[in-house]
Amino acid sequence: MAEIRNYTMNFGPQHPSAHGVLRLVLEMDGEVIERADPHIGLLHRATEKLAESKPYIQSIPYMDRLDYVSMMCNEHGYVLAMEKLLGIEPPLRAQYIRVMFDEITRVLNHLLWLGAHALDIGAMTVFLYCFREREDLLDCYEAVSGARMHAAYYRPGGVYRDLPGSMPGYQASKWHNQKQVDALNTNRQGSLLDFIEDFTRRFPGYVDEYETLLTDNRIWKQRTVGIGVVTPERALQMGFTGPMLRGSGIEWDLRKKQPYEVYDRLQFDIPVGVQGDCYDRYLVRVEEMRQSNRIIIQCIDWLRKNPGPVMIDNHKIASPSRVEMKGDMEALIHHFKLFTEGFCLPEGEAYAAIEHPKGEFGVYLVSDGANKPYRMKIRAPGFAHIAGLDEMVRGHMIADVVAIIGTQDIVFGEVDR
Amino acid sequence: MSDVKQDLANALQARFGSSITECRVAVGEVTVQLPGEKLLEVCAALRDEPEFSFEQLIDLCGVDYLEYGETPWQGPRFAVVYHLLSVKNNQRLRLKVFLPLMSSDDMPRVDSVVNIWNAANWYEREAFDLFGILFEGHPDLRRLLTDYGFIGHPFRKDFPLIGNVEMRYDPHKKRVVYEPVSIEPRILVPRVIRHDNRYEESDSAKTSEKGVKRG
Repeated sequence: MAEIRNYTMNFGPQHPSAHGVLRLVLEMDGEVIERADPHIGLLHRATEKLAESKPYIQSIPYMDRLDYVSMMCNEHGYVLAMEKLLGIEPPLRAQYIRVMFDEITRVLNHLLWLGAHALDIGAMTVFLYCFREREDLLDCYEAVSGARMHAAYYRPGGVYRDLPGSMPGYQASKWHNQKQVDALNTNRQGSLLDFIEDFTRRFPGYVDEYETLLTDNRIWKQRTVGIGVVTPERALQMGFTGPMLRGSGIEWDLRKKQPYEVYDRLQFDIPVGVQGDCYDRYLVRVEEMRQSNRIIIQCIDWLRKNPGPVMIDNHKIASPSRVEMKGDMEALIHHFKLFTEGFCLPEGEAYAAIEHPKGEFGVYLVSDGANKPYRMKIRAPGFAHIAGLDEMVRGHMIADVVAIIGTQDIVFGEVDR
Repeated sequence: MSDVKQDLANALQARFGSSITECRVAVGEVTVQLPGEKLLEVCAALRDEPEFSFEQLIDLCGVDYLEYGETPWQGPRFAVVYHLLSVKNNQRLRLKVFLPLMSSDDMPRVDSVVNIWNAANWYEREAFDLFGILFEGHPDLRRLLTDYGFIGHPFRKDFPLIGNVEMRYDPHKKRVVYEPVSIEPRILVPRVIRHDNRYEESDSAKTSEKGVKRG
């Protein structure tokens, strides 16, 4: 009788569907996975240690680079933790802007996830469709913060500035003549809010397009139905949050259960799965995109009717305006102190969590009263999910590993930190 | 909302009494401090008893208190902080365990909670990697985030931010070599602690809402 041996196989870190820099050591019995050992840390930048060496405000751009497909949500978790310790609350308009951009970020994240996940398991077209819509949303990021991805827009006490009154348009170049540019700029004539409103009108139709391509697609179902099933009990045990938990049928969403900012004033529903497989998680995320669209519409409506400040009026935390500084010595001193030394947080500890597109994103801050965090711990949702990968892939075929990594929506910026 | 937190704090105090050293409510969060010996017993009860039912371990992290505050730190140097979530009761709870060192070169030790919450597996590996905390009973306590063959525990406060070694490719040896760092450590913005009157006020407000507290 021939000798039967298990093979050990290396998957990644250069594999295109390893979503970045995941190295998986797979123990295989033929094509069936016996054990998976994820090796992470190839993107470890010690964000938490770096934050300990800087004033609080200088760590906001680091937050963008954690989960680099849902930038503003990461910032949100961090500024909420600071605000909790400082005991301040941003103006209502800033809260609405934050919620609107959180939901734009959720759509951005889910679009990238959908495109990449479908590409991983064989559907090319969805990827192109998703990136078409991402382009418009990244333009919104750029219009409001100046950066397409790493926005650094949220601040403790509000947001950096109010929404712009005009939307930047395209300019004619040797690739696009004036006529083409005019066609591209038709929905960019008004303010940023007009542009986002136009997007929210188009977006449900786009989601229908993705669903036409995937939801009843035979190949898509063969690759996802019954793959990577997680029971609700196991999902809780393994610390899963967000769509990974809701896909298993547990109705848990921090926006509903522990509302922060203005989520308690908005109408939206929480989709949950039944089977807990990859297909259910796909359905949950697609429905979340539709619900996010609903939230964005409500925010636009409110923001149009209610102009006002977007930053708290406390110059110990928020810098005074340039105009004020010209005439007021006190304001100049505040500005100088804020940007040389930063503000101090009162001694204590706080944990603030938000419903990030991937799950619960939390920041635990320990302050000893200094102008820098004494210890910051980032609770990244992806970290718990990838820790559960071993259990999810056992007994599946090697091709299903790709589907399961995809369904977990792993981004290594936040897993490795 | 804070009443709910206070109720939880009272319930914890009533249930665990002598097993915990302190139970306080601050900035809307309940924190329980307990000795390492009682950890497993308290955690199992917190998960299983319907009054608490903290089904989820949301986060686990180490903290190094070496340089805390302005005066030299008196208590044990390391702590492990657990963040729990109860989906059923919609509650959060923070557990904090200080780890006394038996002797100066000893590693801090604490029992692993991996059998109570499986999510602890990787969190404990991370805390071991970054702080050198040993979790007794952990099935597979390997380094997680740092490089293969890394020496030291980088998140300890006495580990320099720039690290101890730097790496480059040596064309003669045809492999990657490690050398002592060639750059100087520098501090761009010094750390200061300002005594702000406004926070002093809120501190006294905090102590008044602390409620149950044990020596």
